Amino acid sequence: MTEALSSTPKVWQHRNRNQQLLSWFLWLTGTAIFMYCWQMISESTTWFFVWDAPRIAADIGSRMIPPRWSYISELLEPLWDTINIATIGTMLAILMAVPVAFLAARNTTPSTKFVRPIALLIIVSSRSINSLIWALLLVSIIGPGVVAGIVAISLRSIGFISKLLYEAIEEIDKDQVEAISATGASGLQKLIYGIFPQILPAFAGISVFRWDINIRESTVLGYVGAGGIGLQLNASLNVLAWPQVTLILILILLTVIFSEWVSAKVRHAII
Amino acid sequence: MVTSPNSVTSEIQSTSLPKSWAPPPFIKNPILRWGLMLGLVLYLYLSVGMLEVNWTRIYEGLDRGAKFVFGFMNPNFAGRWSDISEGIIESLMMTVTSTVIGIAISIPIGFGAASNLAPLPIYLFCRAIIALSRSFQEIIVAILFVAIFGFGPLAGVLTLSFASIGFLSKLLAEDIESMDKSQAEAVKATGSPWWQWINYGVQPQIMPRLIGLSLYRLDINFRESAVVGLVGAGGIGATLNTAFDRYEYDTAAAILILIIGIVMLSEYISGYIRAGVQ
Repeated sequence: MTEALSSTPKVWQHRNRNQQLLSWFLWLTGTAIFMYCWQMISESTTWFFVWDAPRIAADIGSRMIPPRWSYISELLEPLWDTINIATIGTMLAILMAVPVAFLAARNTTPSTKFVRPIALLIIVSSRSINSLIWALLLVSIIGPGVVAGIVAISLRSIGFISKLLYEAIEEIDKDQVEAISATGASGLQKLIYGIFPQILPAFAGISVFRWDINIRESTVLGYVGAGGIGLQLNASLNVLAWPQVTLILILILLTVIFSEWVSAKVRHAII
Repeated sequence: MVTSPNSVTSEIQSTSLPKSWAPPPFIKNPILRWGLMLGLVLYLYLSVGMLEVNWTRIYEGLDRGAKFVFGFMNPNFAGRWSDISEGIIESLMMTVTSTVIGIAISIPIGFGAASNLAPLPIYLFCRAIIALSRSFQEIIVAILFVAIFGFGPLAGVLTLSFASIGFLSKLLAEDIESMDKSQAEAVKATGSPWWQWINYGVQPQIMPRLIGLSLYRLDINFRESAVVGLVGAGGIGATLNTAFDRYEYDTAAAILILIIGIVMLSEYISGYIRAGVQ
């Protein structure tokens, strides 16, 4: 205290010297890594095409307008397929994700040493792999079509739904479950009357949220042959029919806005 | 049956207790509840009925499915190691580059999209950019960027940066909107100019969240970088696609295991960093 009073006032600093050095060092390392990565990417880029890009973009833009509205008659069925892929896929995912979530939650799993790690592995594998890659795999196994899309969407969604659901299960109020078990309820009854009512709002919210995401993802699954509107997108791109591409993009945009609106409404009603 | 508390007490008063109890329904309005159920049944009937399932094809495919599962048990890392390592390294580089570019662009847009900082025209403009970036899947953007910028990782980097903007700016803007006003006001009361107000009043409040979000986005960008390769935008996706096309399931399994492993590792590290920051 006396030292602070006697010496000349120090200029205020956010960090002390060591922290400052550490932060500079981290910034330096980060910048060096970024520059190195950028250099590598720059080396494998044909810069001639990039300098040419504005002209190409303008060219494609001019070809995309106006959209070919008459093409819509061929798009309604794929659009219906797309919505089905997302909806049925989400339902299948829920069926598979609920047991996984109960096995993964610390307070409901039968064994934290053996069952829980397996459930967590299922969740991580499902989440790490994009639905498009699942679709690629399933198309090569069960053939192209809507079924491959549905299975891909459901496999991809398991991880997401299970993860959020098991977090909700871990946060439940224990007293309610205890009250139910004090009446002499069996394990199943505890589950139905003690735990289910507590996680139901979260569960409904998660399901609708995932359905919204699945609508977005299912619009592109057709690109690898798994049915839906992506199939038409791929076909139109292959023949460079840009006016059709525009129409498909507009349709996808409208579908996404619609699903987001529905999911926002439902989540608003629940919470 | 809907049992309200009133009806229960009145029943208790009238000699006999109810013999059975049912939990209250989740959706209270019976018309809405039964309507939704009926709609669901009708929808399932229509959609599943129209599903064309080629059972013989699926049956034939089971063989290949078993082969894939077998491939997962015995992943073949060595066979195409040079292709795999090249693809993974390229994916990692794309991830780093696109996340850095994404953060750099989304910070100003995030500030612009916060209704308590930005004037209305800027707010609307930034919100429009966010909406545009969030509406289209990475893969669609990648297709367009490959057409415009040519094949290669640059198209992938631009795609992922573009996708990061929507994600980061939106969440950042929400965080700025819910910040503590009094701190920012205190800095303003010292007579600081605008940039000092942002730097000392607003930035320290959102920094932990920004770091958390950036790490999360780094994860997502790595996963997505595996996908944009399918349309020629660089990364491991092209190798994966080739492996599937040639029915080399052991190589494909090796790639998928690598992706899962890297995602797990990065989730673990980012969880560690986030716990330290917050």
